[in-house]
Amino acid sequence: MDKWMKFLEVNAPRILDLAIEHTILVGLAILVALIIGVPLGIYLTTNDYLAETVLQIASVMLTIPSIALFGVMIPVFSIVNQGIGFVPAFVALVLYSQLPIIRNTYTAIRNVNPEMRDAAKGLGMKTSQRLLRVEIPNAFPIIMAGIRTAVVLNIGIGVIAAYIGAGGLGVLITQGISRGDNYLIISGSIAVAILAMIADGILLFIQKRYTPKSIAN
Amino acid sequence: MITFDKTTKTYEGGVTAVDGVDFTVEKGNIVVLLGPSGCGKTTLLRMVNRLETISDGKITIDGEDSMSLDQIALRRKIGYVIQSNGLFPNMTIEENVMIVPDLLGWKKKEKRERFNKLMEMIGLSGEKFGKRYPHELSGGQQQRIGVIRALAADPPVMLMDEPFGALDPIIREKIQDEFLQIQREVKKTILFVSHDIDEAIKMADKIVLLRGGEVMQYDTPSEMLVRPKNEFVREFFGKDRAIKSLSLHTINDLQEVIGLANMDETISDTITINVNHDLRNTLSMLLNQEADQVIVIDDEGNKLGAITIDIVQKYLHFEIKAKPTLVQKG
Amino acid sequence: MNKKKVMSRVVSFLVYGIVAVFFIWAISNSYFNYIFSQSSTFLYLLKQHMQLVLVSSLLAVGVALPVGILVTRRSFRRAEWIVSNTVNLGQTIPSLAVLALMISILGIGFKTAVFALFIYSLLPMYRNTVAGIDSIDENLIDAARGMGMKPIQILFRIELPNASYSILAGIRTAVVLNIGTAALAYVVGGGGLGVWIFTGIQLFDNGYLISGAIPVTLLAIFVDYLLRLLERKIVPKGSKPPQET
Ligand SMILES: Nc1ncnc2c1ncn2[C@@H]1O[C@H](COP(=O)(O)OP(=O)(O)O)[C@@H](O)[C@H]1O
Ligand SMILES: [Mg+2]
Repeated sequence: MDKWMKFLEVNAPRILDLAIEHTILVGLAILVALIIGVPLGIYLTTNDYLAETVLQIASVMLTIPSIALFGVMIPVFSIVNQGIGFVPAFVALVLYSQLPIIRNTYTAIRNVNPEMRDAAKGLGMKTSQRLLRVEIPNAFPIIMAGIRTAVVLNIGIGVIAAYIGAGGLGVLITQGISRGDNYLIISGSIAVAILAMIADGILLFIQKRYTPKSIAN
Repeated sequence: MITFDKTTKTYEGGVTAVDGVDFTVEKGNIVVLLGPSGCGKTTLLRMVNRLETISDGKITIDGEDSMSLDQIALRRKIGYVIQSNGLFPNMTIEENVMIVPDLLGWKKKEKRERFNKLMEMIGLSGEKFGKRYPHELSGGQQQRIGVIRALAADPPVMLMDEPFGALDPIIREKIQDEFLQIQREVKKTILFVSHDIDEAIKMADKIVLLRGGEVMQYDTPSEMLVRPKNEFVREFFGKDRAIKSLSLHTINDLQEVIGLANMDETISDTITINVNHDLRNTLSMLLNQEADQVIVIDDEGNKLGAITIDIVQKYLHFEIKAKPTLVQKG
Repeated sequence: MNKKKVMSRVVSFLVYGIVAVFFIWAISNSYFNYIFSQSSTFLYLLKQHMQLVLVSSLLAVGVALPVGILVTRRSFRRAEWIVSNTVNLGQTIPSLAVLALMISILGIGFKTAVFALFIYSLLPMYRNTVAGIDSIDENLIDAARGMGMKPIQILFRIELPNASYSILAGIRTAVVLNIGTAALAYVVGGGGLGVWIFTGIQLFDNGYLISGAIPVTLLAIFVDYLLRLLERKIVPKGSKPPQET
């Protein structure tokens, strides 16, 4: 216990810095993934053929092992001199987030009660109004569930990004491994687990808070 | 024959769902457990095949204490039908129906023959439906499969827990009729749970009316309608019980008691009705009919006389209000 | 052909196109060369990789399935949430850390890697087993008991077949994940194709990177496909979920 106190005394600021770095990497990736994934998911509900294709591609993407994807990205991004660091990690995380976000958005919007949609049309709502006022609010909890999956997934994958120089909490673990320092490994792991739980908790809170009362079961 | 002897069920937590129940289901009879939701019908039924333990008292089946029998062997001799049909989605219709014979180790050929025979009983083609899966059938078909599955190994006793409760009224009527038809042939000893008074009157040889786990009255339907033992029974069957009791009587009964009206041979616009028709249906037919005269005929087609709303009303009054003792049919 | 169909085609061609361009680029830069020039090493690493996955997955199935079945028995229901929460908590620990922490317990080598991968595969398998069995309509079990099926018959004839879709999906998820995680086995000296990927990262050698990463990727995609086929074979026709994306 004493040793832990000493360790934390020395390393707490660094752990915090790395946690922030980790959060920024994952947060930015999720943000971009949302900007791409949600509209795409909504659009796919109007085109079944494309939906099948895109969901298939996204699901294959998710089977690609993260370290392998990083391995492929390094040479590709080296072409533009960004082989190592933030960019390949960021792109990989955006790609990994696509399946949960697109799939959940697509399923959720598609499952909005058709009668409700008809009623909205009957009231003379424009497509954009209908989306914003009827379909998205009703699809919200499922879309949020997809986002939560993506965030937790990304926080985990973000650890491996340390190997390609993207920083974040993975640095503690990789350093711990190379130095044989279990304090680093354990503190890094716990920090990642806590980060994942906090992020999931916050998103769950948002999900609960902004889900229309009538559809929260 | 099933005998309940001071049978009692107290759940963990102290709810006494069944409280000292005594009655006997005669061989070949349908006894309907009737009563409001939560009165203990399901619990009582499930004690018979020991899906619930018996807290006190006992249940004997053909004279043997159910607790002395092997639980698995006991259940295989008792058909069990539940409201949500309980068909296994992973098995075809044939596999579902033949599950108990399969457990009992019947030969393939025996099973196939039995399956086709059972399917015939409910008017479905074994050939056509055997390889299908439950979700490919309509609700009514699934429920009928549930019934013949319980009959598959020809158990002497059947337990049915609101078996037709989830069906829409028209299909329910049809399946009830079909089941009574089958019962006439197979003569099982049946305990049948229902919360629907009409269904109870129609299906039952005798009704057990339950309230809070206790038997309020155990009698034939007509006896219960006409001579309720207490206020609860009277209330339960409601004010229109007389109309309900009409379904227990046929035109034949009416003819024997007060006779039919004379036919007017000059009226050409007539329809005919069989003398074995029950009076409730007859009355609704009279209320809806467009013909000027309804002629009663016997099975050979001989005209016996005419029937009118007035006559039915007269009989109703006579039978149920003035001379209740006469209604004892069963 | 209508517009929507055309669009879908265009997108798939685009993706195929990108993949094709990548391969042409990689081949023209001889990034796959190590697979041929060091083919015996490659085959050795590939074999090692598959062994890691196979052994740890089999062990995980052997533990997760029985435990999942056990906690869904009536008399063990209370244990379910304890086990489930423990396993859930375990999953938030990064796979890299699970591997790393094993070093201090088991030292370095193949066994350590297998053990870590085994631990990491438990959750999806266990969770899907429990979810699959729990999602079976209580009435089905009631009907089965009522007609005199023994608990073991209910398990094998009703519960497992109807949960098989969920169970197999859990196994597939775990195995595919496992193929990726096994690429990290390098850090605990467990071998596998990760050796080339990490060598590539350390030496900035695109050849090692690609020769390691692409086979791992193809292996994951191929095994995923294979297991999906197997699911289609095994899951009884009547108990498949109505829709699937
Ligand atoms: N497993 C159980 N544990 C505790 N109480 C129960 C259980 N099952 C039923 N009960 C209670 O026993 C009473 C009778 O239930 P039940 O036999 O299902 O009634 P019914 O079938 O007539 O609607 C109800 O009060 C119900 O709440
Ligand atoms: Mg009930």
